[in-house]
Amino acid sequence: MAAISNKPVSTEPPASVHARRRWTLVMWIGIAAVFYWSTFGTELSLHRLLLGLGESWRYLFGSPDRPGSGFFPPDFSRLPVYLDQMLLTVKMAIWGTGAAVVMAIPLSFLAASNTSPHPVIYQITRRILDLMRGLNEFVLALIFVAAVGLGPFPGIIALAVHTAGILAKLFAEGIEGVDHGQLEAVRAAGSTRFQIFTHGVWPQIVPHVISMSLYRFESNVRAATVLGLVGAGGIGFYITEAIRGFDNRAACAILIVILASVFLVDFLGAKIRERLT
Amino acid sequence: MVQPFIRLEHINHQYSGGNKALVDINLSLSAEEFTVLIGPSGAGKSTLMRVLNGLVRPTSGTVWIENVPITVVPERTVRLERRRIGMVFQQFNLVRRLSALENVLLGRLGFMPTWQSTLKRYSRADRELAMGLLERVGLADHAWQRADTLSGGQQQRVGIARALAQQPRLILADEPISALDPKSAEGVMDLLRDIQERDGIAVIANLHFLETVREYAARVIALKKGAVVFDGRLEELTEAVTRELYYGEKAAQPQYASQASELNVALESR
Repeated sequence: MAAISNKPVSTEPPASVHARRRWTLVMWIGIAAVFYWSTFGTELSLHRLLLGLGESWRYLFGSPDRPGSGFFPPDFSRLPVYLDQMLLTVKMAIWGTGAAVVMAIPLSFLAASNTSPHPVIYQITRRILDLMRGLNEFVLALIFVAAVGLGPFPGIIALAVHTAGILAKLFAEGIEGVDHGQLEAVRAAGSTRFQIFTHGVWPQIVPHVISMSLYRFESNVRAATVLGLVGAGGIGFYITEAIRGFDNRAACAILIVILASVFLVDFLGAKIRERLT
Repeated sequence: MVQPFIRLEHINHQYSGGNKALVDINLSLSAEEFTVLIGPSGAGKSTLMRVLNGLVRPTSGTVWIENVPITVVPERTVRLERRRIGMVFQQFNLVRRLSALENVLLGRLGFMPTWQSTLKRYSRADRELAMGLLERVGLADHAWQRADTLSGGQQQRVGIARALAQQPRLILADEPISALDPKSAEGVMDLLRDIQERDGIAVIANLHFLETVREYAARVIALKKGAVVFDGRLEELTEAVTRELYYGEKAAQPQYASQASELNVALESR
């Protein structure tokens, strides 16, 4: 190894570095252009935002000339009903997520490039998952309410279908990230394809599967609170009812119940996920 | 001579990238011998191992396990033959989140119906076999410990027990000691020799250190650039052969000449 020489050195970067810098500049200009383009038709206005702040304040806390029109203090007189409905909402999330996990596991096997039996099956499964994810649970609920009638059941189906699409993709990514040495060892022992999955892939992805499922459960509890708006059961119906009837203090009580439940579920989920390795 | 356990006829293998991994390999491997594969990195040793148990299907040529041509029959049949060949890996390849005992039981999967294996309902005989094997490799006390909590040497012993659980006729050991410290390495090699001598299970191992080769091998096969350049008894493995193998001072075959001279230039200029 030569010592540091006295030869003059050049810090001038090569042409490739200049090219990269140019691209960075082009990218930033592009981003700015996209945001500018997105102002048209969206009626962005700082003026209206500031005016609206005052309006929102009056809406939330009531105007002086109409006492009792605000959200406070919350009206908990029908708390038992709200709690009951909140529980129903959580139950919907439990079944929606549970059914989704059951569907997602075999789908993920087909949708992971390293376990899918054939490239064509892989592509087809991936596109089906795109469809399942593409429509959000609210839109799916609208469809299933029309198909099977009002109530929590169409809500559960909507949650399950949408969540299965998401979970299968997440599980598939987990499968694609497994250590292949472990799979090769199971295969070298003379195992079938299915056994390689159950004894090589599955043990490796269990923490990922549980963690993602819990995360989606938390998110489904939140999603389920609005499904009632389209008649798919749960507490959402009562929010609509309260707000449409200008019963803002009842709406406030419901929102508090929802927030408390969501915080509780998130907290418990985080606790469980912490313990996974 | 008895019928060889595995026979390779004109095996050629080319990876999709285009580089030739194996060039016209013809070998007969009878059971009950300690064979060592040597050769520089990238010579095709690992590929050859995987051709032997059908994990890699060669581009051309035939592999016979006894009288089954595994390069011709469907994967389902290859799988049945593969059960009789255990494999030990450089990185141990234990399923990390399973216990040592469950890892040994993986060696029984190929003999179980799917529903039984899915429910992990291993038979009493299998569980006793697995426990007995852990006892043999000196790890009965660690049977219920998760595999990733064991040391490297211990993991490799579990890996060997897993291979033995298949009750194989042959064990392929792909660089079994490359990731181990000298003491663990010695333990693992002694264990492999013991298996070969006492149980009459043939062992084929990839090794890098010639010292180890001389201590354990009976037969030595040397690969270079995918071709067999030496195949004989350990006694025949002269200094000249190994020098030629790793440093290629006088290339035996003309196609290596240019490479050998490049290497010489590189060595001289240091």
